[in-house]
Amino acid sequence: MKSARRKAIVGKVIVYVILFLLAAFMIVPFLWMLSSSIKSDREVFQMNPFVWIPKNPRWNNYVEIWKRMDFTRYIGNTALLTVVVTFLQLLTSSFAAYSFAKLHFKHKDKLFLAYIATIAVPWQVYMVPQFIMMSNVFHLNGKLTAMICLQAFSAFGVFMMRQFYMGIPDELCEAARIDGMSEYMIYLKIMLPLSKPSLATLTIFTFVATWNDYLGPLIYLTPNKANWTIQLGIKNSFIGQYSSQYGLLMAASVVSLIPVLIVFLILQKNFVEGVASTGIKG
Amino acid sequence: MSEGKKKEETVQNEALIKGREQKERRRTLVALSFIAPNFIGFAVFTLIPVVFAFVLAFTRWDGSNPIQFAGISNFTKLFSDKFFLAALKNTIIYCIGTVPLTLIASLALAILLNQQICGRGIFRTVAFFPYVASLVAVTAVWKMLFSQSGPVNAILYYVFHVENKDLPQWFVGNLVMVSYILFSVWKFMGYYMVIYLAGLQGISKELYEAASLDGANTWQKFTSITWPQLKPTTFFVSVMLTINCFKVFDVATLLAGGDNNTLTISSTVLVHYIYQKGFIEWDLGYASAVAMVLFLLVLAVTLIQFKGEKNYANS
Repeated sequence: MKSARRKAIVGKVIVYVILFLLAAFMIVPFLWMLSSSIKSDREVFQMNPFVWIPKNPRWNNYVEIWKRMDFTRYIGNTALLTVVVTFLQLLTSSFAAYSFAKLHFKHKDKLFLAYIATIAVPWQVYMVPQFIMMSNVFHLNGKLTAMICLQAFSAFGVFMMRQFYMGIPDELCEAARIDGMSEYMIYLKIMLPLSKPSLATLTIFTFVATWNDYLGPLIYLTPNKANWTIQLGIKNSFIGQYSSQYGLLMAASVVSLIPVLIVFLILQKNFVEGVASTGIKG
Repeated sequence: MSEGKKKEETVQNEALIKGREQKERRRTLVALSFIAPNFIGFAVFTLIPVVFAFVLAFTRWDGSNPIQFAGISNFTKLFSDKFFLAALKNTIIYCIGTVPLTLIASLALAILLNQQICGRGIFRTVAFFPYVASLVAVTAVWKMLFSQSGPVNAILYYVFHVENKDLPQWFVGNLVMVSYILFSVWKFMGYYMVIYLAGLQGISKELYEAASLDGANTWQKFTSITWPQLKPTTFFVSVMLTINCFKVFDVATLLAGGDNNTLTISSTVLVHYIYQKGFIEWDLGYASAVAMVLFLLVLAVTLIQFKGEKNYANS
C-alpha cells in the first residue's frame, strides 16, 4: 500500500515536471518578447550575462513606435475591418443558416452541398483569380472594402450556424408559425437569442482570424500605405532583411497582441468549445 | 352527377392547387430571401473565382493582354520546373515532419492536462495562447531566438561548447525545414490539444476503473484504452493538420522570407510559389496550374477523410 502511494506521488511529480517544461517552452517566446521590448538593440542580443530586465528599461520604445509608424491608423484600420467583417459574417451566416436548417424549398440540399464543397477548396487555390476579379472588375485593389468582401461571406460560418440550428427542436418554430409569426420574426425573436453561444464562438474565430490575417492584407493592401493593417504595418516598418529594429519591433508586437489577449481571456470558454465541437463534428 | 357540378368541382380543385402553389412559391421565396445576402456575396467572391481558377489553369495570361488558351502546357511545364518541384518537395517534407510531431505533442499535452492537477486552467490557457497570437509577432520572436547570435545559438555555444564556426544558421539551407516544423509544433499544438481534450472527455471512466481492477499500469491503460478510443479524433486531427500543412504560407514567408517576401529554392513552399507566380511575376495561368496541384493534394486528403468518417460511423 505504501509503495503504491509513493508511486502515485512520484507520478504526480513527473507530471508536474513535464508540464512545467512544456509550459516554459510555450511561454518563453512571449517572455522574451516582453523583455526585448524594453531593451536597446544592443542589449537584446547580449547573452553573457543575459538579463531579463535591463538596468535601464527603455519604456521609451513604447512611445517611439507611435512616432515611427502610423500605429493609430493601422490599429484603426484593423479594428474597423474586424468589426465590419465579424458583424456581416454573423448576420449573413446566421440568416442563411436558419433557412438551411429550418425552412423547406426545392434544391435545398444541392445548394447546401455547393457551400460545403467550397469549404474543401482552400482559399489559396483561388486567391489569384479572386484578386484579378477584385481589381479588374470592382477596382478594389488597395481598398479595405476588398478585404471586407473577401472575408464577410464565408461558407464556414453558414455551416457552423446550421449545425447549431439543427439541434434546436423544430416544434419551437412550428408553434410560433401557428401563432402567426412570420419567418423573419421567428429568426429574430427565437433563433437569434437561442444561438448566443455559437454566435460568440463565431465572433471570436472571425475576430482572431481577421486581426491576425497576413496574406490577405499583403496581397490587397500593400500598395496603399494608408490602409495597412496592424500586421502589415509592423512587418513593413520594423523588419528588414539585414537591420530589424528589435526593441521597437517587440514593443509593437506586444501592443498588437493585447487586444487578442483580452478578447481571448474573456471568450476563452466559447473559443475552446468551438474548437472542440468543430473538431468532433468535422 | 350533373355537368355543372363537375365543372364547379374542377374549378374548386384548380383554385386549391393554385393556392397551394402560391403558398409553396411564397415559402420558397422567403427561404431564399434568408439565404440571398450570404449567397450573393459567396457566389460573387468565392464561387466565381473558384470556377475561374480552374479555367485559368489552361490559359496563358498576364492580367492585361488578351487571354490565350494554352491547353495543358502549364501542367507539362510543371514537371520540368525545378523551383516548383522543390516547393512541392519542401511542402511534403514540412507535412511529414509537422503532422506526427504536432499530433504527439498535442496528445501528450491533452493527457497531462486531463489529470486532476492544480493550475490546470492556467496551463491550458498558456498552451492555447500561441495559437491566437499573431504570426507576424511570434515569427519575429522566433527569428530572434534562432538568429545567428540569438539565445539558442548562445546556449549551444556556452553550454554545449559548439564552436563559433559550427553554430547553425536556422533559416538557411536544410535547417530551414527544421525551423518551420519546430515553430509550427509550438504554434499549433495548443489548438489540437483542445480537440484531444474533448476526445478524452468522451471516454467512459468505467473503462479505466475496470482496467485498474485488473491491475493495468498507466502505459497499458494508454495502449489498450486511450489510444484505441481516440482513434477517430486522431484520424480527424491528422487530416486537418495535413490540409493545414499543405496550405502553409505565412510561417515560411515570415520566418525565412527576404525583404520582398522572397523565398529560396530550399525554403519555398507551394502556396508561396503560387503567390510568387501570380502576384510578383503575373504569370496567372501558370500560378493557377500550381494552385491545381495544391487543390488535388487537399482533395485527396478530403476524400480519405470522407471514407474514414464513414468507417468510423459504421463501427
